[in-house]
Amino acid sequence: MTKDQIRAAILRNLSAIAPEADLEALDPRRDLRDQLDIDSVDFMNFVVALHQDLGVDVPEADYPKLSSLDACVAYLAGKTSAS
Amino acid sequence: MSEFRMPSLGADMEAGTVVEWRVHPGDTVKRGDIVALVETEKGLIEIEIFADGVIESLVVPEGEKVPVGTLLAVVRDEGKPPPAVKIEPVKAEPRAPAPTEAPPTAMVPPPPAALQRPRVSPLARKRAKELAVDLATVRGTGEGGAITEADVERAAGRTAAGAPAPAAVPPTTAAADRLAAMRKAIAAAMARSKREIPHYYIGTHIDMSQALAWLTEENLRRPVTERLLYSVLLLKAVALAVHEVPEMNGLWIDGAFRPGTGVHVGVAISLRQGGLVAPAIHDVDKMQLNDLMRAMLDLVKRARTGVLRGSEVSDATITVTNLGEQGAETVFGVIYPPQVALVGFGRVIEQPWAADGMIGARPVIAASLAADHRASDGHRGGRFLAAIDRLLQEPEKL
Repeated sequence: MTKDQIRAAILRNLSAIAPEADLEALDPRRDLRDQLDIDSVDFMNFVVALHQDLGVDVPEADYPKLSSLDACVAYLAGKTSAS
Repeated sequence: MSEFRMPSLGADMEAGTVVEWRVHPGDTVKRGDIVALVETEKGLIEIEIFADGVIESLVVPEGEKVPVGTLLAVVRDEGKPPPAVKIEPVKAEPRAPAPTEAPPTAMVPPPPAALQRPRVSPLARKRAKELAVDLATVRGTGEGGAITEADVERAAGRTAAGAPAPAAVPPTTAAADRLAAMRKAIAAAMARSKREIPHYYIGTHIDMSQALAWLTEENLRRPVTERLLYSVLLLKAVALAVHEVPEMNGLWIDGAFRPGTGVHVGVAISLRQGGLVAPAIHDVDKMQLNDLMRAMLDLVKRARTGVLRGSEVSDATITVTNLGEQGAETVFGVIYPPQVALVGFGRVIEQPWAADGMIGARPVIAASLAADHRASDGHRGGRFLAAIDRLLQEPEKL
């Protein structure tokens, strides 16, 4: 899976959780939860959706590695190519 | 023969608009089936029916706003033949006193035109309103020509890209209107609460180290789809504590306390665009943590993106507000009438904690109770918070 495909999957799932958000205005390096006002329940729904989409089971200890959009892409790219 | 009426979805609701019927005359319905989509100040709500039967007639057409208590549909008992004479549409007889500005409308059968109207998904309808798109101008690409959310957005984009900034209503207006309506509804409910309910407030600090340690270990073992958040422990502990102090769970109606028929915990959910809803999860005391977690994830997602159900909006017997990790340290809640208690949790903070003559750092949460002095007093309230504390010290038993 390419990074672009991973990025698209991330954005699709963020949009499902926060449909009102303007994802084009998202700063890929800044904290996602801050920018989108996402709480722990939304984040859990996001992680579950990523699992369903990409087959990646993110352990709880790795949640901080999903802090920004760029960080998500990098982390998930590593996980999908490794599997 | 039974009557299906516009339900009251909370103390603050006066009227609702039938956005969409999900059943047709002749359809068989069971208790709990969703039969209509209704727009209220709290957004779109799916309305369930509370009797088995066969839909005889739909009395209120789609698009009409009617007061609470208005007859919406007539339901025939299953197995009975349809009456030989067609039932005349009944005049509205609202059970609740009709608000003066909205007199009961004389009911007419849906116009035949309604049958040719294109099918529109609820999300698409919501989106169309937000974007001020006229659905009549949208071409549907969904199943059977149904209009989807994407169709609406495409139509909105076309308009925006087309005529240079027509003096149309800005797309944000519908959303702003809805927010204003929700603020008004919250204000009405909270003003009523402060006017009628003699609140008392008590608080305690709860050591969360046992609960969080158990949770971390448990989550290591669990696949992502079964992982738990500490908020489900709080919900379950509150629901179980109700068994020890039942006067916290129920409604105050007509000068008397009515104990809840179950422990239906309202979960306060803030909406990102502003506003707040507190839909209920039913029978939380009887739920396994796994099921409770799934129910909470689903409820929060639907509250923020989609559609809640009537029973969720109207059935809560006690409310929990949990500020979560971004929140303040302490919350003193306002009871949602006619309930009699609200339990509040601040964010978990690591702080010095003295135990067994030693001081250590522990994760601590401030729990508070706002309760109705007509139904209980501070002594019982204290027992209630103490029970929640004790239950959280044995998370494996929750």
